[in-house]
Amino acid sequence: MTKTKKINIKIDGINVSVEEGTTILNAALNANIHIPTLCYHKDLCVAGNCRVCVVELKGAKNLVASCAMPVSEGMEVFTNTGKVRLARKHIVELLLSEHNADCTKCYKNGNCELQLLASEMLTGEHMFLDLVPDQHYTIDMFNPAIIKDDSRCIRCQRCVRTCEELQSVSALGVAYKGDKMKISTFFEHPMFEVVCTNCGQCVNRCPTGALVERNYVDEVWDAIYDPTKHVVVQTAPAVRIALGESLGMNPGKIVTGKMVAALKRLGFDSVLDTDFTADLTIIEEGNELLTRLKRALVDKDKKVALPMATSCSPGWIKFIEHTFPEYLPNLSTCKSPQQMFGALAKTYYAQKRGLDPKNIVSVSIMPCTAKKFEANRPEMRSSGYQDVDYVLTTRELGIMIKQAGLAFESLPDEHFDSIMGESTGAAVIFGSTGGVMEAALRTAYELVTGREVPFDGLNITPVRGTEGEIREAAIKITDVLPEWKFLEGVELKCVVANGLANAKKVMQAVKDGKADYHFIEIMACPGGCLGGGGQPIPTDREIRNKRKEAIYQEDKGMPIRKSHENPEIKQIYAEFLEKPLGHKSHELLHTHYTPRKRY
Amino acid sequence: MSELVQRVDLIFGEYSDQKYKTLAETVGRSNEDIIKDLLDSGLKGRGGAGFPTALKWKFTMEQPADERFVICNADEGEPGTFKDREILSKVPRKVFAGMAICGKVIGAKRGFMYLRGEYKSLLPGLLKEIEIYDETAKKLGIDFKIEIRMGSGAYICGEESALFESMEGKRGEPRNKPPYPTVSGFMNKPTVINNVETFVNVLMICRIGPIQFRKLGTHDSRGSKVFSVSGDTPKAGIYELELGMPLAEFVEEFGDGDTKAVQVGGASGFCVPRKKFKDTIIGFEGVPTGGSMMIFNSSRSMYNVLHNYLEFFEEESCGQCTPCRVGCQQLRKGIEAVKRGDKPVVYLEQLMKLSETMKITAKCGLGQSVANSFSSIVSNFKEEMIY
Repeated sequence: MTKTKKINIKIDGINVSVEEGTTILNAALNANIHIPTLCYHKDLCVAGNCRVCVVELKGAKNLVASCAMPVSEGMEVFTNTGKVRLARKHIVELLLSEHNADCTKCYKNGNCELQLLASEMLTGEHMFLDLVPDQHYTIDMFNPAIIKDDSRCIRCQRCVRTCEELQSVSALGVAYKGDKMKISTFFEHPMFEVVCTNCGQCVNRCPTGALVERNYVDEVWDAIYDPTKHVVVQTAPAVRIALGESLGMNPGKIVTGKMVAALKRLGFDSVLDTDFTADLTIIEEGNELLTRLKRALVDKDKKVALPMATSCSPGWIKFIEHTFPEYLPNLSTCKSPQQMFGALAKTYYAQKRGLDPKNIVSVSIMPCTAKKFEANRPEMRSSGYQDVDYVLTTRELGIMIKQAGLAFESLPDEHFDSIMGESTGAAVIFGSTGGVMEAALRTAYELVTGREVPFDGLNITPVRGTEGEIREAAIKITDVLPEWKFLEGVELKCVVANGLANAKKVMQAVKDGKADYHFIEIMACPGGCLGGGGQPIPTDREIRNKRKEAIYQEDKGMPIRKSHENPEIKQIYAEFLEKPLGHKSHELLHTHYTPRKRY
Repeated sequence: MSELVQRVDLIFGEYSDQKYKTLAETVGRSNEDIIKDLLDSGLKGRGGAGFPTALKWKFTMEQPADERFVICNADEGEPGTFKDREILSKVPRKVFAGMAICGKVIGAKRGFMYLRGEYKSLLPGLLKEIEIYDETAKKLGIDFKIEIRMGSGAYICGEESALFESMEGKRGEPRNKPPYPTVSGFMNKPTVINNVETFVNVLMICRIGPIQFRKLGTHDSRGSKVFSVSGDTPKAGIYELELGMPLAEFVEEFGDGDTKAVQVGGASGFCVPRKKFKDTIIGFEGVPTGGSMMIFNSSRSMYNVLHNYLEFFEEESCGQCTPCRVGCQQLRKGIEAVKRGDKPVVYLEQLMKLSETMKITAKCGLGQSVANSFSSIVSNFKEEMIY
């Protein structure tokens, strides 16, 4: 590593020494001086376009954007002069003048960065003319996952940068110029007609209410209040380590027990766990992988689609449908845990509880906006009904808990209901990049060799993904059980990627014949589901790392840490599914996807 | 022509008999020598901002890089400016020769001309000249290729960093500065980007020497300048004049006897009212200009003039930064509201402050310079804004 030079500057009279290349904004942060920002986001490249963060430099006529200006030796910065304050106020006033500031009608009311700035600046009586009536703003409400309201947009381009840099999807871009400049899609088609994967990373970064999830809070309350309905709720692994943030707690808190208690108090009839079907996914997907390997190695079947890729992340599914449709056969046919749960809730669960599936309302709490789209897919009706009726994000559950007036932090820990509430550590780590891979290996290795994976404490750290990185690992299989003889000495090559930009790199390598993987795990969002588009705002790398620690801590603390040892999993195979990849499984737990065009 | 308004024939002067004679003479000289000549000449960029050309080149050549570029900014879009069109149709050879000298000095192997979309008609002539240049370069052993890239009609793409973005196939939006083009320009490589006229000036300095060049103009504004004269004048057209003349002399020469104001430097420049003609110098020490001189007589409504400029900026802003995108709309609608009586006269003060904010906070020169015409027109012709 090269030694970095230290630069000495003065900010508001305070001497600050920072590394060369640091921006004024970050240097000020070091000195505990807060400079307001809007277009700036820790996860994204610097845009410098909102101009809210301007500061004064000694000897310079013009102000500079502190987010974009690197420090230089001897620089003297002033963050709070009259000139700066008036400029910032003007800028916020300008943004308000083109913004539909009907805050009480906005989903982001109370959680809006522009609103917060306006209150800090004491905007009060507006300085300038209201430009909103002359604009012809459009609201795109056709998408089951994301609503885009241009009248709330302040054109900071966070969404554009997110879609391009983190996801390499570029569904959103800038159109037109001058007063007509707007954030739009390809030929201004509605979001559901373009390459958007519904990952919601833009929603998570939008400072205002321009991009929000379609919320189903009222629909879920209606179902709860309807005495004829039996409302079951499932909660995804990554919700329990982030929900606290929506309710005022610090990032990295595990709130599983409180979450269950809150859901029971909200009035759900049965509080169950997506982790149960995460374990089930491992059994089905593990067997699927082994079957494909057998067909390739023993039967020498040239048509078998390898490498096999995970299919739990609906953002990834839509991405591959658009971008690499020729690789759809490589996707595992397993539905995502959410959809497996949905299908079983209206079949197995209904039978066990003696309920008519038409009276069951199936709700899921997800760290994800793409899950909303997934639940509405035509493929996802194998129970004869829509398998999952409503998908709420972690944020929406936070809102419901607030609406109900629950003192979340002081709730006692409670346990999931049964059946379909039992889970393992392997299921919990589904919430983190590398988690599905690790869980699958814990089970598959043991299935094939009769021994536990040769890693200390079952922690397969080589596949634990790192944010923004593609992680490759090879695990040699030796001394296998007789029925798996064909795998003797095989080196299982795995790759783990998070964020669609990395997914694209992996798939391109496969396409170019530069990679000989057997198993690919992809999660659409940075860091995996723990950094999902439906997670609390703000989300950034630091917060994601805390959530990740919490997930692995939760895994460590679980009494059972291997999916195949989950007693309810054994029970469901004995009572209902018969065997992995069996007829019932095929009917309820597996599916196929559709190629889509890029444009 | 009056004594003070000095016609010059540096730029449009005849080509020498031998093709690319000055270039041939210059390639043998040392780079330091050429930079020194440019420094001594006092040449400042002719696009309007007036950055010393020698320094721009020096910074670029000193920046470590595996590749450097020369770009000729021929995206002449400032309202009231049409001098580059004339230069490119009359003396393109001088432009290419100037670019080749730059390539030699900074160590660039490729040069580009970014040609305004509306100047497509100039393309055949320029391409023909490039063929001649290529032959000459081959003979002289100059390893520097020149290509032409077409703009598509956006004013903002004349802003150097937006121009790079456009050339790279992206949306024409200005970048954050620093880094400046001398460090990271086209394709993030050190780049010299100069106006068409600047390259011709470079060539002429190499031909006549810095001492001759310095004889023209004033201390802060050396050399001659090509002016685009338009508006209420009997002599609209292109004129190469010495820099540093008082505006009064200019008006005497070009006005129609009833001149009320001159807009110096186009829509992004300053409006000078009659009472200030005498004290205003055309040049970097007074009112700088990229060449646009729009003359208005007493029949013109300055409200309409300003309104027209603001509409122009409103549309031509790239739209990325708040002060420019929203500020331009507020200024235009604001003066309309005052004119209609919907806003009190004091609202003009509010708008003046807003234009000042735009000047000090906008991301690029476009948004920063809207205040020039706004404040100079509103403060000098306030009654026309109201009644």
